[in-house]
Amino acid sequence: MGRTVSRVDDRPLVILNGVDLVVDVGDRLSIVGRSGSGKSTLLNLLGLLDSPTEGEIFFDDAPTRQFSARQRDVTRGRDVGFIFQQFNLLQGRTALENVMTPLLYDTGSAFWRRRSIATAMLERVGLGHRLASTPDRLSGGEQQRVAIARALVRGPRLILADEPTGALDIETGESVMALLDEIATASSAALVTITHDPAIAALATRRFRLERGVLVPWAEVLL
Amino acid sequence: MKGLLTAFVGSVIEAWAELRIHRTRVLLSLIGVAVAVCALTSVVALGNIAQQATIETSERSSGRPATLYVSAYTADGSTPSAAVMDKTWNEALVRYGVRYASRVNQQQLSIQFIDGVSVVNAMLVDQPYGTMHRVTVSKGSWFGEADAQRLAPALIVNDIFYARLGSPDLSTHPTVTLAGSKPVTAVLVGVTASQSWESQPSMMMLNDAYTQLADKLTTDASYPSYPSYEMWVPPALSADLTTRLTADFSASLGEGATAQVNRQDYAANGDDPFLPIKLVISGVAVLVLLLGALGLVNISLVTVRQRIQEIGIRRSFGATARRVFFAVMMESVVATVAAGVAGVMLSILIVKSPWVEGAIAQGVSDVPPFPVEAAVLGLAAAVVVGAIAGLLPAVVAVRVKVIDAIRY
Repeated sequence: MGRTVSRVDDRPLVILNGVDLVVDVGDRLSIVGRSGSGKSTLLNLLGLLDSPTEGEIFFDDAPTRQFSARQRDVTRGRDVGFIFQQFNLLQGRTALENVMTPLLYDTGSAFWRRRSIATAMLERVGLGHRLASTPDRLSGGEQQRVAIARALVRGPRLILADEPTGALDIETGESVMALLDEIATASSAALVTITHDPAIAALATRRFRLERGVLVPWAEVLL
Repeated sequence: MKGLLTAFVGSVIEAWAELRIHRTRVLLSLIGVAVAVCALTSVVALGNIAQQATIETSERSSGRPATLYVSAYTADGSTPSAAVMDKTWNEALVRYGVRYASRVNQQQLSIQFIDGVSVVNAMLVDQPYGTMHRVTVSKGSWFGEADAQRLAPALIVNDIFYARLGSPDLSTHPTVTLAGSKPVTAVLVGVTASQSWESQPSMMMLNDAYTQLADKLTTDASYPSYPSYEMWVPPALSADLTTRLTADFSASLGEGATAQVNRQDYAANGDDPFLPIKLVISGVAVLVLLLGALGLVNISLVTVRQRIQEIGIRRSFGATARRVFFAVMMESVVATVAAGVAGVMLSILIVKSPWVEGAIAQGVSDVPPFPVEAAVLGLAAAVVVGAIAGLLPAVVAVRVKVIDAIRY
């Protein structure tokens, strides 16, 4: 697939070109690349936040181009969990309310049991004692753990992490990644991590590099 | 169905959380709505109270719509005999199945008070008069069906009369003597509040009871006594009945006699006499509400722009465009309903305050309660304003591009 956008002078700007990627259940992928290489665009495409201008994305073998807007939203909410570099927690809400948020979009019993499910999830990431804390009272590591709990609370099959340790120190970043890996493994979810950090990239079983919009396998890991 | 329920409940929860977190901003923005709803409700309530008070005052004097008055004159201009009039009247009531009808007469009767005999104006009526003219008794009760047959006639007196008797307990069946050749003992069964213009004692008595005792009592022969005949009928039938009653009385009274049947109630002309007032009140109320709504739209738009990132984050967790639209709308509606409730409560406090009530319902003894429809209108207006004010921000929220919003 490819992704092109129009520039001010109407000349097309190719962001992704001929990307061919399969993500299976339980996969651990890392994608590295320079700034502007198209990493975030790829993540947005995988998370159904964006659509390719060429080619096709299949989700569970179904071509997503045929999905209605609502279908894309529902699929994303049910099967995809996002983790952002800047955590993107909802300000003013407690950790518990943040983790409960995705469950508000569930239509089943999880909606009605959202408090107990979110509490259990926060306990699982070691924040059972910070349920009532708002983001401004949490450390960076704690905020990212809340973000992880929020991303995984609906049991997604695909976790997309955009620089998950980018705003954390090395030690905290490692513990966050270990936690992410542990929870993803427990739920057999695929984890796609975009990172600048070779050490974080090395944790994945399949590693890729984006160069000028082209995705290439990346075996060389500098530690 | 299950999805709809969770979507609705979820939207309300989101809206409430948003309001709770931004309560200071919300509070400030909603003051305008609360004041607007308060103004709307108060204007409507005060208008309704004033209208109701006017209607009731009118109905007390001229009867309820449609009240038909019958009057007749013989060829020489004198009043026909009471016997002929009563006979024709009673036949008409039976023929047309009229349930609410009364003869009304005035008489001057001498009453023996503790401090001497006083001449008191007595209104002679039939039992349905109380309902027809909305007569309210502050103590005791209105005449019963069997009161005309009592050996001691029943009286309903005004406050002044009652006070001159020493305000006795009505449950002890206090009596008063009607002076005459053969004094008659009458029983007080009820007391009415004196009108603001009344300064003398007055009383009401049933026509049939008076007729049985008339020759025993001292009356003022010089006092003009022209009985009037009135009936309360459905407005839709009033025109037809007017024609028929005119024909009936003219035929009964004989050659040269003239019978007139007319309406004197406030709705006699067919139009709603309060329509112009209602239109003015409604116009003012709508303008006030529009001003409040404009303020809310303004603040809501600014707020949504501040919340673009949050909307993007919610979209990344599966919030559909419809859901975001509904949540932003609900936020506005929930907020305005809360403001509406506050506005209505404030309005009740204002309208029912003794100062305002005294000013608006001056001279009216029976002030109507706070009109429920005004409160319902206020709340409904709050919901509509909330929905309208939420529409524009909701459209803006839905148009947000998720990727751009998250990075906003």
